[in-house]
Amino acid sequence: MSGIATIFKRELRSYFATPVAYVFIVIFLLLSGAFTFYLGNFYERGQADLQPFFNFHPWLYLFLVPAVSMRLWAEERKSGTIELLLTLPVTMWQAVFGKFLAAWAFIAIALALTFPIWITVNYLGSPDNGVIFASYVGSLLMAGAFLAIGSCISASTRNQVVAFILTVVICFLLLLAGFPLVLDFFRAVAPQGIVDAIAGLSFLTHFGSIAKGVIDLRDLIYFVLMIGAWLYATAVVIDLKKAA
Amino acid sequence: MIETRQLTKRYGGFTAVDAITFKVEPGQVLGFLGPNGAGKSTTMKMLAGFLAPTAGGATVAGFDVEKQPLEAKRALGYLPEGAPSYGEMSVREFLDFIADVRSLAGDLRDKRIDDAVERLHLERVLEQPIDTLSKGFKRRVGLAGAILHDPKVLILDEPTDGLDPNQKQEVRTLINSMARDKTIIISTHLLEEVHAVCSRAIIIAAGRILADASPAELEARSRYHQAVSLTAVNVAEAKDALSKVADVAAIEVDPQDGRITAFPKPGRSIFVAVGDALKAQGVAVRELALEPGRLDEVFRTITQGAAGQEART
Repeated sequence: MSGIATIFKRELRSYFATPVAYVFIVIFLLLSGAFTFYLGNFYERGQADLQPFFNFHPWLYLFLVPAVSMRLWAEERKSGTIELLLTLPVTMWQAVFGKFLAAWAFIAIALALTFPIWITVNYLGSPDNGVIFASYVGSLLMAGAFLAIGSCISASTRNQVVAFILTVVICFLLLLAGFPLVLDFFRAVAPQGIVDAIAGLSFLTHFGSIAKGVIDLRDLIYFVLMIGAWLYATAVVIDLKKAA
Repeated sequence: MIETRQLTKRYGGFTAVDAITFKVEPGQVLGFLGPNGAGKSTTMKMLAGFLAPTAGGATVAGFDVEKQPLEAKRALGYLPEGAPSYGEMSVREFLDFIADVRSLAGDLRDKRIDDAVERLHLERVLEQPIDTLSKGFKRRVGLAGAILHDPKVLILDEPTDGLDPNQKQEVRTLINSMARDKTIIISTHLLEEVHAVCSRAIIIAAGRILADASPAELEARSRYHQAVSLTAVNVAEAKDALSKVADVAAIEVDPQDGRITAFPKPGRSIFVAVGDALKAQGVAVRELALEPGRLDEVFRTITQGAAGQEART
């Protein structure tokens, strides 16, 4: 079995070895349901689509994904297993990617368990299932980007609480990168070109178009690049921090 | 086989390991000795491919640890300091994971797992989560993981730390039983361990090799080597008798238990002469022993001597 698959299997299994996985899934399902029906006015809108459901995903992920990612590397460093893992015959890349994929698969499982809401909307009306599928893909990609950021932050500390808080802050800034809250700050100190570039990094902008059912290649590339870059940074940070 | 060439690790301005060169052949068990912070673990981490050397290099089983890291890691069984393992896994799951990473399959896999479990007596705890095990069992689980693929080269960082005397003995027996065809390096604080398992010892302090010899050779450097110690009914009488022996250079009396030690002049043997002298003077002796030399004293002299030199330069 290849290194990635072996690490993936071990990691994914370890999520379900503790109550953490079940707590996470239950809270994710409860919150996504509550947001959809109470804040999103799912019924009152009178439309057969899942917009109110997906609109809250960025905000749900903002707190729930860092809770998953915080332990990725911080725990390995704290317990010393990082030394065990990286002296086994696997490459750094296999370890980083295997662990990331396991966390991503775990979130995908939680996301897949929201299927009753898809059944509900199909029962109540006839929604465009293509749009819903695109939204699920977009949601999963966004979760992956959040996770990759969390993986890098988790690699930089052995304290899980620090990892959690830093990840939330960075994800929050990236979510709102296209909004005045963040842009006004950069307008004061940076030229317009950089401000535009930062605006282009906004999670919400890229997620918004996928969630509307438009799978634009640029949005896909954005999320894939985001994941790749942060995972690369993870490997660099682990290498730098090993000596400490 | 393990070989290092001028292996060096620096952290900023601090040199943890300073141009260490040594070679360990199959069949040898090398003991790494040194005070805390001497660079033992750092050296082992570089050999295991966890830390990259700042300068110099090393090969494990003929593979360069930097240029062929995967091949070197496949040939190596490594127990990191503190024997870390994944606490939420059961012992069986953990060994399965290691077997997967090591690409063990089929009959060989079952055989290797059974063998490691048997050698470290893990049968009773196979299904228990590692977190719930005692310190001694956790260490044995780590050891089982390190020897699982029957590696040619073993590097064990303090393998007996935290074990009770019986468990220490078991682990030493295990190391001895594997020593014949493997290349093994262990680090330890325990000098009696060097006697029990090592065919060779390297003493390092401040990142440098200060001594590289067999345990017997190290003992021969001791002031106590070839000294004669005894306990007598009448201490003054015995001292008097000893002082008349020609080759005795010095006599010391332990203020606590009254044990008398007579040190020979360099290169002389005094055991027979002392026996004769005591008999001739009619001194009643409860017990008489020839000292092989004290490793702890040699260790102290070597490592503190180096620290003193460091302070002067």
